[in-house]
Amino acid sequence: MGAAVHILSWICLLGGACFLLVGAIGVLRLPDFYTRLHAVSVSDTMGAGLVLAGLMLQGGLSMVTVKLVLIFYFMIFTGPTATHALAEAALQAKLKPVVDDREP
Amino acid sequence: MSNLKHAFNLTLFLFAVWLLLSGHYTPLMLVLGAASTLLVVFLAIRVAIIDREIQPVLLKPSVLFYWFWLAWEIIKSNLDVTRRILSPGLPISPKIFTVRAGQKTELGRVTYANSITLVPGTVTMDIDEDIFTVHALTQAAAADLERGEMNRRVCSVENVF
Amino acid sequence: MYIVVSIVILIAIAAGLLRAFLGPTLYDRVLAVNMVGTLTVLIVAVLGFMTERPEFLDIALVYVLISFVSTIAVLRVYAHRNTEAAGGTTGPGDK
Repeated sequence: MGAAVHILSWICLLGGACFLLVGAIGVLRLPDFYTRLHAVSVSDTMGAGLVLAGLMLQGGLSMVTVKLVLIFYFMIFTGPTATHALAEAALQAKLKPVVDDREP
Repeated sequence: MSNLKHAFNLTLFLFAVWLLLSGHYTPLMLVLGAASTLLVVFLAIRVAIIDREIQPVLLKPSVLFYWFWLAWEIIKSNLDVTRRILSPGLPISPKIFTVRAGQKTELGRVTYANSITLVPGTVTMDIDEDIFTVHALTQAAAADLERGEMNRRVCSVENVF
Repeated sequence: MYIVVSIVILIAIAAGLLRAFLGPTLYDRVLAVNMVGTLTVLIVAVLGFMTERPEFLDIALVYVLISFVSTIAVLRVYAHRNTEAAGGTTGPGDK
């Protein structure tokens, strides 16, 4: 494996870790449930995607990479469904969102 | 009749996935794998989810192009949401609004709704026929979606489904 | 270097658990648990690379699906309990 691939993989892993941290900060910092959905969205798409991409570069062309691609594929398809189910359940339970009515 | 074809395709696909992930190719394991594949297909027939939607359509060129466009949108809005979460003043302006989906088929609408949810900054909350209720983290993200570019792109890949 | 990534993921898991404890609503807790599920998948994958045991990826693969099903299941149970309390439907547990 070339040194360039190695460095690129570490950039992906550390970048992904940063986005996971951002998602975690967002979940603690944002004011209500609906806005926290967006923070989880950050760590689910960008954070998980970059960490898995970094691991794929480490794995090279092998069975390991195929499994990582499958993990990513399942995450991409189940993630929005779970988020939507949560948002719809909260909406149906009449959980009040914080809304900013000012005109932009 | 066509359902039988779909069931057959699903069996082949599932067994291929099993072969890919198993890594053990002794006769006993192969028989067990085939049995579990058939069990899953039987359960799928029982709950009646065998229809044309199980066809693997993800790799046709125009759909692939849509995935790349969506990935770029996700990266852009990720950076925007990240910037807002890390700003000391927390500059967010949550908004709830509705958009109209132009897709004819159910699968097209599912693709559109899931794409909205996948992009950070917007979440589909409720679906009533072709009216989606969407929660946006910022007014800018809401305006971006209301411009309707994603709607048009999903409409244009919809007919290959 | 894998250790740095694992520690960051552990910090994020701690933040998710804190949100799950703080609530304040059930939906916040389910959301936090959902996020912890994703992070668990990632840490299992990273630990698999760290200890050079690729079998860990199979566990991660299964965990993605379990975490999705558990989120949906909790929501279904809660929605069902709500309609029961409102007298909407009678569940199989009723006389």
